Amino acid sequence: MDEQYKVTVDAQRAPVIEPGYTFGSVTEKISAIVLTRPASNGWFLGFGVAFMLTMMMLYAVGYLVLKGIGIWGVTIPIGWGFAIVNFVWWIGIGHAGTLISAILLLLRQSWRNSINRFAEAMTLFAVACAGIFPAIHVGRPWLAYWLFPYPSTMGVWPQFRSPLMWDVFAVSTYGTISLLFWFIGLIPDLATLRDRSENRVAKIIYGMLSMGWRGSARHWHRYETAYLLLAGLATPLVLSVHTVVSFDFAVGIVPGWHTTIFPPYFVAGAIYSGFAMVLMLAIPIRKIYGLEDFITERHLQNSAKVMLATGLIVAYGYGIEAFMGWYSGDRYDAFTLWNRLHGPYAPAYWALLICNIFIPQVLWIRKLRTRPIALFMVSGVILVGMWLERFIIVVVSLHRDFLTSSWGMYYPTRWDWMTYIGTIGMFLAAMFLFLRILPAISIFEMRTLLPEAEMKAE
Amino acid sequence: MKRDPIYGMMAEFDTPVALVEAAKRTYQAGYTKIDTYTPFPIEGLAEEIGFHRNEVPLVVLIGGIVGGLTGYLMQYWMSAVDYPLNIGGKPYHSWPAFIVITFEMTILFAGISAVFGMLALNGLPMPYHPVFNVPRFTRASRDRFFLVVFSSDVQYDPAATRQFLESLDPSSVSEVPS
Repeated sequence: MDEQYKVTVDAQRAPVIEPGYTFGSVTEKISAIVLTRPASNGWFLGFGVAFMLTMMMLYAVGYLVLKGIGIWGVTIPIGWGFAIVNFVWWIGIGHAGTLISAILLLLRQSWRNSINRFAEAMTLFAVACAGIFPAIHVGRPWLAYWLFPYPSTMGVWPQFRSPLMWDVFAVSTYGTISLLFWFIGLIPDLATLRDRSENRVAKIIYGMLSMGWRGSARHWHRYETAYLLLAGLATPLVLSVHTVVSFDFAVGIVPGWHTTIFPPYFVAGAIYSGFAMVLMLAIPIRKIYGLEDFITERHLQNSAKVMLATGLIVAYGYGIEAFMGWYSGDRYDAFTLWNRLHGPYAPAYWALLICNIFIPQVLWIRKLRTRPIALFMVSGVILVGMWLERFIIVVVSLHRDFLTSSWGMYYPTRWDWMTYIGTIGMFLAAMFLFLRILPAISIFEMRTLLPEAEMKAE
Repeated sequence: MKRDPIYGMMAEFDTPVALVEAAKRTYQAGYTKIDTYTPFPIEGLAEEIGFHRNEVPLVVLIGGIVGGLTGYLMQYWMSAVDYPLNIGGKPYHSWPAFIVITFEMTILFAGISAVFGMLALNGLPMPYHPVFNVPRFTRASRDRFFLVVFSSDVQYDPAATRQFLESLDPSSVSEVPS
């Protein structure tokens, strides 16, 4: 591609960072959100509501521990219910954070620098919400540690041939690596906050967390190597996590689960819902904190394009599922398809098609991709759609399998809803705190995007 | 050992370009114990001041190998040696089923080694460091670029080094008490 063409293309695109910023003003603007800006009434209101929802979840979980999972709608044949639907939904949302921070880093997409920090935070909080569900779903959560291979007096070990065991390792590795990745990305910015803070207590806390970072050339060199290697490790990891989650289903013989398309289709769906969540967070954050210069139209457009692409992969997945239901000649597979379209949960399936396939096609329109409000609404629709997808996979597949005599229905109870909505509250509460305590945009990576940082040719 | 009361001489620059140029000239002038402090990573700067041995990749490789072996051998020993259980007639040593956890453990150990190996090689956490004694140094995490010649350098001489650094056109030069 010749230089002239490149310049023309670049001129038509929205910039990654608006012109006119310096190292100092970028630092000032991002760190001021944490250090000097007082918390607004809106923040207290938002945090307060989110915190109350978190308390509601704790109440629901507390009652669950007291009474047992009979308070939920799960029965035989639908033993998996909301807990697994929500687990898969949350863990999928987390995937966009790792995609932005690791995969886009390896692909040298520098626009990621302004959204990677809060996307990583989103990953962590989403994984935390996801982790609650399998732990409480085991029935006796106080024994959930039995999942780990530790030397016990019983002398037995976990069953490593089961995908559920693989899931324990995949999700706990994912949580750990996401935390480490987020933390090492934060170290230089914590040093900035330490040096800029006027408050002595804050200075000490940020100082401890930054571990005495001073920006030495040798340190940066090792730091960048470690960061890049971690990105290289996180990339196959994030693909493996949702693959393993899909194995939980695909290894089973239930019609609607037992299919080889699950791993790629789950990963695409995860990224699809994750980007929707990124947009739902980024759009209000950039507006409220005046960060439109850093999270520009370019970011919104690119995220919308990723959603469009992954959405089409998901649509392909649905298409293949339907096609195989017919083509395989397996009467149970064919019935699963019929049951989705016409069974008692048919409205959920039609809603899923509308939310995940039809409505997101509006993202083809360039004008809509630059309208924050429209994007926000489409993202909300996609999140609902992706939740429905997991509901269809878990509940609709289980409720009518091979034997008519073992069919059943699943109705979520108020405890199911309280736990689910409560985790959304917990996620938002953590996000609200994060915005006030840590820099929501990576300051040092933003500095590298400035024209000042460009080294002239020797 | 008695500590030198002076840690080194620090020069401050306004732009990354000026700093890289200054670092290059300082190193060429024969100073080997020098370091630079910048608010963001600058490509190639570490090489300019004579840093060529980066052990982080080796640490990560070892971590990954240890993790993979741990993952696989753990499953083998638990499922085939210590408490063999017949699950659906599958072999005790069902290696294909062990791959996923082997992979996850490889990533886990390699990732942990990357982070903690990097911190350990950098000598972090380090709560006290002499460069922070210079008040202007707080801007090293903001918008200024610093070069320090350590007093342990054989060529170090308070007057001559200061004069040399001033010849590099810095915005300030200050002595770093240790």
